[in-house]
Amino acid sequence: MSDGQEITQGAEAAAVSPGGIKARHKRFLWIVFGLAFFAAIVALVLNAFGSSITYFYSPTEVVQDKVPHGRAFRVGGMVEGGSVVRDSNGLTVYFRVTDTAETVAVVYTGILPDLFAEEKGVVAQGKLDEYGVFQATQVLAKHDENYVAPEVQAALDEAHKNRAAQTLAQ
Amino acid sequence: MSGFKYAAPAQFYPLAGKMALWFAVLAAVLTVIGLVIGLYIAPIDVTQKDSYRIIFIHVPAAWMSMFLYVVMAFWSAMALGMNTRLSAMMAQSIAPTGALMTAIALWTGALWGKPTWGTYWAWDARMTSELILLFLYLGIIALRNAIDDPRRADKACGVLALVGVVNVPIIYMSVRWWNTLHQGASIKLGKTSIDDIMLAGMLVMVFAFWFYSMAATLVRLRAIMLEREAGAAWVARLEEVKEVRKEQ
Repeated sequence: MSDGQEITQGAEAAAVSPGGIKARHKRFLWIVFGLAFFAAIVALVLNAFGSSITYFYSPTEVVQDKVPHGRAFRVGGMVEGGSVVRDSNGLTVYFRVTDTAETVAVVYTGILPDLFAEEKGVVAQGKLDEYGVFQATQVLAKHDENYVAPEVQAALDEAHKNRAAQTLAQ
Repeated sequence: MSGFKYAAPAQFYPLAGKMALWFAVLAAVLTVIGLVIGLYIAPIDVTQKDSYRIIFIHVPAAWMSMFLYVVMAFWSAMALGMNTRLSAMMAQSIAPTGALMTAIALWTGALWGKPTWGTYWAWDARMTSELILLFLYLGIIALRNAIDDPRRADKACGVLALVGVVNVPIIYMSVRWWNTLHQGASIKLGKTSIDDIMLAGMLVMVFAFWFYSMAATLVRLRAIMLEREAGAAWVARLEEVKEVRKEQ
């Protein structure tokens, strides 16, 4: 703590080991090696875990049968446009989840999150039944990374409509 | 050696005090500006309506939680490599603020998740790795308190901080490497998918959180310096210490 210790510290740092490397540089080398080694271990472990870290499977993976059997898993994607049908009891919903390549039919009885909508992201948890229909026990809305002001959205919609009208006119 | 002048606690103590004051003032001013932009000027989001406004707290806190960890790991590496006291104290002073930022990020995220996703919590890669970050911060603080000799505690905490730093890129990249419930990054090089005024408010809040973090860290650092160097000559020369010691 005193000035005396400061001097001994300086002397220690400047000490040269028999190999010709300063003690301080040697310590930094150890830190770098240690970190690199540890990072490699973590990378290998994460790689070995592979898709089990994944929160949900895509409809393509479901169709290709790459999903776990006999236990619940999650399927995620977009709610296909025009696919949402509500049962007369008001609680059961049927819809299809798509990743634009494949679709999976989902049945769910319960309260949907506010952001659940057609052509929006969704993650459903449940099991496939014998007919290949996904019996969901929980449905979550997956929000995308876009944050848009209402006026901007209105302008975008307008531009989209104009472009559609132009294509029709041609 | 002029560049290393402030590496000595005696030189850095008064400077840290001045810096902390200015950073605190800047943090307060930026918070007011950021919240006015975020809560009054910025429009609602088309899909999330008003609930998206959590980003003005959530994103700055989450960014700081990761950034502070990297800074803490840097000072830990300096302390282990150079065997300098001030670097270790720097790392020690960052941990509680880092833990606070991580807790704010997790808590605000949960409050936003319920109305948006339909759940407070999901064990996806982003949220789980951020929770691990909180445990790393708490583990480092606990380890520090478990070891009586501060110089030995510096070494142990330094190693733990360095080991944990691999978690930071995992948090950051989790939304790209794996399917997660958490959305991807809105701010990317070259292309952002967030409205300009929302982005402005968020960035002002990021700087507010940054300055707050620096101010809080420096105030804590000064306290740690006095505590750990209580027997040193430079502490005895401080006017405020002289006054207190005379009273006793």
